[in-house]
Amino acid sequence: MADDLVSTLYAPDAGQEPLLALPDVSILKTAPLARLSFRGRNGVLAAASKGFGLDLPVKPLSAETGPDRAAFWLGPDEWLLLAQEDMLSETMEGLATALGDTPHALVDVSHRQDAMLVTGDQAAWLLNSGIPIDLHLEAFPVGMVTRTLFHKAPVMLWRIGPDAFVVEAWGSFIDYVAGLLIEAAQELKAA
Amino acid sequence: MLLIHCPYCGVERPETEFACRGEAHIIRPADPSTQTDEQWAEFLYLRENPKGLYAERWRHIHGCGRFFNAVRETVSDKFVKVYKAGEPKPDLEALAKEMSA
Amino acid sequence: MSQSFRTEAGGRIDRDRKVTFSFDGDQLEGYEGDTLASALLANGIHMVGRSFKYHRPRGILTSGSEEPNALVGVYRQGDQTPNLRATQVELYEGLKAISQNRFPSLGFDVGAVNDFLSPLFPAGFYYKTFMWPRSFWDRVYEPIIRAAAGLGKPPKNADHDRYANLYAHCDVLVVGSGPAGLAAALAAAETGARVILCDEQAELGGSLLSETAATIDGKTPVDWVEDAIRTLQAMDNVTLLPRTTAFGYFAQNFVALAERITDHVSEPDPNLPRERLWQLRAKEVVIAAGSIERPMVFPENDRPGIMNAEAGRTYLNRYGVKVGHKALVATACDTAWQAAFDLADAGVEIAAIADLRENPPEALQSIAQARGIRVETACVVTGTTGRKRIDKALLGRVSASGSVASAGDLACDSLLMSGGWTPTVSLYSQSRGKVMWDEAAGAFLPGQHVQNERSAGSSRGLYGLNDVLADGYAAGEEAAKAATGKSAKVTYAVASGAEAGSGGTLGALPDDRDASRVKAFVDYQNDVTAKDVKLAVREGMHSIEHIKRYTTTGMATDQGRLSNMNALAIASKALDKPLTDVGLTTFRQPFTPTTFGTFATSSRGDFFDPVRKTPSHQWATDSDAAFEDVGQWKRAWYFPKAGEDIHAAVARECEVVRNKLGLFDASTLGKIEVVGPDAAEFLERMYTNPWKKLGVGRCRYGLMLNEAGFIIDDGVVGRIAEDRFHVTTTTGGAPSVFATMEDYLQTEWPDLDVWITSTTEQYAVAAVQGPLAREAIAPFVQGIDLSPDAFPHMSVATGTFCGVPCRLFRISFTGEVGFEINVPRRHGEMVWKTLEHEVAKLGGCTYGTETMHVLRAEKGYIIVGQETDGTVTPDDAGMTWAIGKKKHDFVGKRGLQRPDLVADNRKQLVGLLTTDPKVVLEEGAQITESANPAVGTPADGHVTSSYHSPAMGRSIALALVKNGRALEGKTLHVPMPDGSIPVTVTGPVFFDPKGDRLNG
Repeated sequence: MADDLVSTLYAPDAGQEPLLALPDVSILKTAPLARLSFRGRNGVLAAASKGFGLDLPVKPLSAETGPDRAAFWLGPDEWLLLAQEDMLSETMEGLATALGDTPHALVDVSHRQDAMLVTGDQAAWLLNSGIPIDLHLEAFPVGMVTRTLFHKAPVMLWRIGPDAFVVEAWGSFIDYVAGLLIEAAQELKAA
Repeated sequence: MLLIHCPYCGVERPETEFACRGEAHIIRPADPSTQTDEQWAEFLYLRENPKGLYAERWRHIHGCGRFFNAVRETVSDKFVKVYKAGEPKPDLEALAKEMSA
Repeated sequence: MSQSFRTEAGGRIDRDRKVTFSFDGDQLEGYEGDTLASALLANGIHMVGRSFKYHRPRGILTSGSEEPNALVGVYRQGDQTPNLRATQVELYEGLKAISQNRFPSLGFDVGAVNDFLSPLFPAGFYYKTFMWPRSFWDRVYEPIIRAAAGLGKPPKNADHDRYANLYAHCDVLVVGSGPAGLAAALAAAETGARVILCDEQAELGGSLLSETAATIDGKTPVDWVEDAIRTLQAMDNVTLLPRTTAFGYFAQNFVALAERITDHVSEPDPNLPRERLWQLRAKEVVIAAGSIERPMVFPENDRPGIMNAEAGRTYLNRYGVKVGHKALVATACDTAWQAAFDLADAGVEIAAIADLRENPPEALQSIAQARGIRVETACVVTGTTGRKRIDKALLGRVSASGSVASAGDLACDSLLMSGGWTPTVSLYSQSRGKVMWDEAAGAFLPGQHVQNERSAGSSRGLYGLNDVLADGYAAGEEAAKAATGKSAKVTYAVASGAEAGSGGTLGALPDDRDASRVKAFVDYQNDVTAKDVKLAVREGMHSIEHIKRYTTTGMATDQGRLSNMNALAIASKALDKPLTDVGLTTFRQPFTPTTFGTFATSSRGDFFDPVRKTPSHQWATDSDAAFEDVGQWKRAWYFPKAGEDIHAAVARECEVVRNKLGLFDASTLGKIEVVGPDAAEFLERMYTNPWKKLGVGRCRYGLMLNEAGFIIDDGVVGRIAEDRFHVTTTTGGAPSVFATMEDYLQTEWPDLDVWITSTTEQYAVAAVQGPLAREAIAPFVQGIDLSPDAFPHMSVATGTFCGVPCRLFRISFTGEVGFEINVPRRHGEMVWKTLEHEVAKLGGCTYGTETMHVLRAEKGYIIVGQETDGTVTPDDAGMTWAIGKKKHDFVGKRGLQRPDLVADNRKQLVGLLTTDPKVVLEEGAQITESANPAVGTPADGHVTSSYHSPAMGRSIALALVKNGRALEGKTLHVPMPDGSIPVTVTGPVFFDPKGDRLNG
């Protein structure tokens, strides 16, 4: 399956049992990552891209991926930058150096969110038990990333493969999101 | 549940991702201290409530987070036009004519 | 009596699978594929309930979801689901059903006395009779009426079933799987469009499942249906949803479907949800909802054994059930003749076909003649007899003038009637489309469209199988083209037979009976008669909306699908106005009754709303903390030791914090990182306080107003760097403060170079407060000099804590020396446990929100939302010190100058001390000048916070009191039900007024 994925940056957390493991869908908590909220006007993009080592996407709802990092367009002046957990300080410094006095905001949000990998034939169906947007491959292609709602919890959704999604939520919402996904998946256990 | 086109994301999304923030194009006076009590009361509280086309502020709060403006037909609930914050208010009368044509 | 009305062969039932079930305790048999209604009829049972108001015996009237009479309760897992339509309940092994609205039994019902007293219950009876005395309504009238009338009993236990939700999208939704719907789905699917086809029935096929008098492409209708379903099932772009009702049509083609998943199964897999709510967004909708047959309105038309003609035909052809051995067919249109022919061919004796028309089609008459069926023309039914089932029908001849003369009577055990057909425009109407009267069809049909939908087949008044099929194909093609722009070559199947008929009637039929003694029912479920509608008109109800509410016609669960047209025609005649001038009531969601479970889906219990937990939650749970809900958060309320109640625990926690130290989880406070060259300027505009001169490493309390000048939030703001602030907000205000800041940034001041980021959940926050606070944290802090001179009250610094990065604040919400340790969230639990251990070692304790509230009240610190209610200004709260006097503008500054905000007599924050120190006032209690104010005296204020204060050794309270600051030392009163409580007005700071302890 890994061959299909646009990124393997989100790795399953080796220390954790799967939240759900069914033939048609599984849910795995992911290992921590360095996450940076980056804000700035269009003029900062070149410097930021240079400092981050990856082009910040300008196309709405798109992601750029590199071997050990990723950048998400979340809004016209807002990006989420991801790197491996131990690269946090280095990444922040790289960006600060490249940006110099150019007005921008860089905030460490590594601990704000937790993520889950939802994969399998029924992944899109399962997510649609709480996510109101169309997850058909033509409407929500591989690589698309967006913030939306899962029932009453704000989430970020990234499609990394035809049957693979990353779901991020603020730490205190994760039990709610995971719990409802597991509840909705129960019918897949029916004979 | 309405379906709303976000002019920043370029996609239609369900209403639950958005928050409506009332009438659009009400600008905070540059120097509020120059406002009379009547002017300030009007700024604070007085809003149109038309039957027909209405320009409103919306925020894609559970999406890109941006505020934008939208012209909504208050009878049919149809969104006639969305435009980015800072863009001028469309001519609602002309829009209404266009729609009935 | 074992299925004595079952045919030898035929139908869609599985005769190899016998099913036993019970009805009112009687063990009965049916077959798999039966509905409860068809199985009861197979056993010769027509009478299945008592009517709503008159408790008259009622039988099965229809074979569909519009059924008004056959409402039953079904038992399952010890609980009863009331008001299910027997025509929709699928039979399964062991099904246990009961009849409703009868006592003590269906056959002998005490309430039936209402029928004899019916002159006492005319239209509007409740409105007229139970008007006076007014106080009797709640306690006397309503309970009695509810007990006597009404339908099934609600279940007593919590619903043990699960309900699922699914958001779905498609290009074309087809509602209804009869000939038009199947054809539409086939045509749309052929183009590659994403198609969903739903039907409320267990089996797809609609009317085709009971059609035997036609062929489609040379096949029987049933074979054609099976082929069509196989074709659709094989396509990836098609989803077929039987047992799924499209019950609501909302804006922008948002359609709600209720899928019933387990109700038809004898022993459902517990992993399956009972029902699923589909929240479906369709680019185009094809409404192929068909049409339903209208009952005829003649005297005593509600006796068991009387049913719609097409229903009789459906029971025969689809379920292999004869509805009687001798049937009279009464009709005003052609289609019922086919029912008579089918029944005759199955061996049912047809007593006669009584057609209202003078000249029914010759062709039909000759077919009847060939079968030896007696035909009566210009003939109406004028009454029926039979105690619990019809045994005789009275006939009348209608003369050219319209008068009726008796034409004798006929013995029969069933009566099949047809007043014609009414297109089902409910969903179309829900889509906000207006219906138009069509004279040729004699019906209201879809008119001006509002949404992207089209009706097809008989739901738009089109009859005749071939026409309906062709219309369905065309609708499917058009819908797919409109949705996707794609089209495909679609071959239309061709039908022969089942041609369109003619005829139909609306309103009450003429009769020769004494009008005061007979009832001709219009709305069966609500027991509304033709007479009631006429009476309503006589009493001044001229709009159909008024007639509906006065008589309750059309207000039953079928929403008037059976009754509206007849009621309208009766009203139109009584008003002497054309039908179209009387109007039509609105069809609303849901199309058929829908369970609360389906609306709630999984939003129950822990999933009703997110339950947000802090990093210390697990530790607190293990330590037997009591929790309170603060918004979506669970916060530790207090930490009782063995034997302690809330008062004892809070008193202990308060004393320990004041004397030694305490540990508190402050993680839920909102946190916003404000970054950019214009960060100070931005805060200058958002808060009342000045920020530009705040030094890096320093903190300030910030007060936020709305433009009207009222306090909406507060919190401590620390300057981390020249261009970076760490802002805190109240727990509950975090989302709205963030949204307000974004609003100003994006729409009022887009020129400012500053951005905000929520960091509420980036940090876990542990507050250590008390004289020994410094000692407790010192061993773990690195990189920060904690000495009072280097790190005084209102400081912030970055360093490490237990080896992890931290932002350390020296701030206090208790009046003691205090520190708030912000660490990255995932380290929060480790830091909490480390601190808890250290705090305990020093004789301290953990404390919860209740102690936090007491400690801050002792200091007179406000809580936004407790001391404020959206109408409190900084001056009201005694906080003008928080306003930057030199600032030209900030949000709310102009508002503060408004006349009402600078007027005298505003309510001001004060302290209150009860004369009896043991009395703790009730929060929210009113305050008056007089001990015993006259009724109607306005209060001078109210208590906002009230506690027992261990530090003061007595009760304390905060209050908002008119002109309060000028009343210091005066006595006011708090009138309570058991007597007035005298209180003395004081300043709001009770403890350590000089604030010496803060700086220790």
